[in-house]
Amino acid sequence: MDDLFGIESREPQRLLAVCEDGQRLLYGDAQHAGRALGRAMGGRALVFLLCDNSPGSLLGYLGCLQCGAVPLLLDAHTSPPLLASLIDTYRPAYCLVPQSLPAAARAVLPQASPLLELAGSLLLPCGGQGPALYPELCLLLTTSGSTGSPKLVRLSKQNLAANAASIAQYLELDETERPITVLPMSYSYGMSILNSHVLVGASLLLTGRSVLEQEFWQLASAGGATSLAGVPYTYQMYRRLGLFSIELPGLRYLTQAGGKLPEELHREFAAWAHKTGRRFYVMYGQTEASPRMGYLPAARALDKCGSMGLPVPGGRFWLEDAAGGVIDAPGEVGELVYAGKNVGLGYAQAPADLAKGDEWGGVLRTGDMAKRDAEGFYTIVGRKKRFLKLFGNRVNLDEAERLLAARFAGVQFACAGRDDRMAVYFALEGKQQPALPGQVQAYLAAETRLPARAFAVCGIDAIPKSPAGKTLYAALPPV
Amino acid sequence: MTNLERYDKLFMDAFRLAPEKLPGLKYRGIPEWDSVGHMDLMSAMEEAYGINISTPDLLSFSSYEAGKEILAKYGVEL
Repeated sequence: MDDLFGIESREPQRLLAVCEDGQRLLYGDAQHAGRALGRAMGGRALVFLLCDNSPGSLLGYLGCLQCGAVPLLLDAHTSPPLLASLIDTYRPAYCLVPQSLPAAARAVLPQASPLLELAGSLLLPCGGQGPALYPELCLLLTTSGSTGSPKLVRLSKQNLAANAASIAQYLELDETERPITVLPMSYSYGMSILNSHVLVGASLLLTGRSVLEQEFWQLASAGGATSLAGVPYTYQMYRRLGLFSIELPGLRYLTQAGGKLPEELHREFAAWAHKTGRRFYVMYGQTEASPRMGYLPAARALDKCGSMGLPVPGGRFWLEDAAGGVIDAPGEVGELVYAGKNVGLGYAQAPADLAKGDEWGGVLRTGDMAKRDAEGFYTIVGRKKRFLKLFGNRVNLDEAERLLAARFAGVQFACAGRDDRMAVYFALEGKQQPALPGQVQAYLAAETRLPARAFAVCGIDAIPKSPAGKTLYAALPPV
Repeated sequence: MTNLERYDKLFMDAFRLAPEKLPGLKYRGIPEWDSVGHMDLMSAMEEAYGINISTPDLLSFSSYEAGKEILAKYGVEL
């Protein structure tokens, strides 16, 4: 169990990945990458790994885990200012970045000569030792609630191994699986697909293409993809593309996570899977739990439509009321709490935090409000705090309001809305502000690294307030 | 408004671009033209011209120029 990627050394000739250009990577290549990185870095160190689902990113990730380096996974498209601020905050010892990185991103990285080239990625020394690292620390991920904050989740190898094993068990994975990388590997859901499939010795179809590109479907078809994944918005795209009529004879199962799928889509995909002998899994998780906590068994996808199911193997759910008491009665709503070996060590907000040990003790308060039915299936009904999932990414509405108030001084804001569509209201207070909606939208898009159209901005006469000065969200007009 | 002007306007509105930025524009060439942006652009094209863009054409609509050829297949002369 400790040896998550033992297969690399046991079976170096096994196929690890088929890339878009036909290039084939073996499990032995990951082992070589681990040795080369270990030699170049000369010990355990913090590495910023800029990922783009390329061979260099995959080998860099597996190589780091193998040689004991601790990578922070970042999307290669992270905005240069945010990247600069993360480097400034955490002072990594190295950055491992794709050679093809745009000049603007390259400019904020250390300018030293690369120590190593790894399948198209370069290992750049940052000129320091990096922060001290807790011995069990193995991986860092950005929190999904990423409104430009440098908050990270700290994960151990045991966290990753436990979650990969749970996932492999309930998805019934074996070495014949061929998942195609729909999601970025820097996103916890994408990362968990790598981990769970590498654990069983399967082969990945590795691509950075989106499902809206022909090259993606060519690889899926030629490589014999056995599974597809997606956040709710991906499922809307699958529907628009007519996934039901795309020829993928090898397709065995679909998974969905990253926010609650609208029931109508859940039902549609569950019915299709049932009819065509495929499996459809609705799942539930958070980066803080490496990330998977719940799944709806495929056999119940239709009759439990809308539910996210049961705890993953090895995990446990319960509900708590506002006073912290455990709720036992079916149908009653409480905060969902999860316990399992996949619950991370804690957050980091500063480099010193990387030396901290396990602060969570295997228990995660999810902040989601849920109810359990008589059969033990859980359904998410709301959230304790005000946040939305925008295209699979958690965004805190109160934090968004604070950011806006700081950036647009003198303007009053209220943020509300639904998943995939944040509604941003600002008070006109008798003024005409024709340029403001565009500026607000562009600012939020840049801060959250999400598409501008995730934000609907509209001016209203005044933000409705209670006598105590609290925003009355229920009194806001529909967008 | 001519069909071409309308075509340009759909791009400019979707991605907040000046007209001189349109030639050579490619899917994922700018942050705004990502998968979500593409879905919105396709819906806007369908609505503006009263057409239904097929899946193969939606996947081939990978640049400003490629889109013009695709619309021609639907009888939209630009």
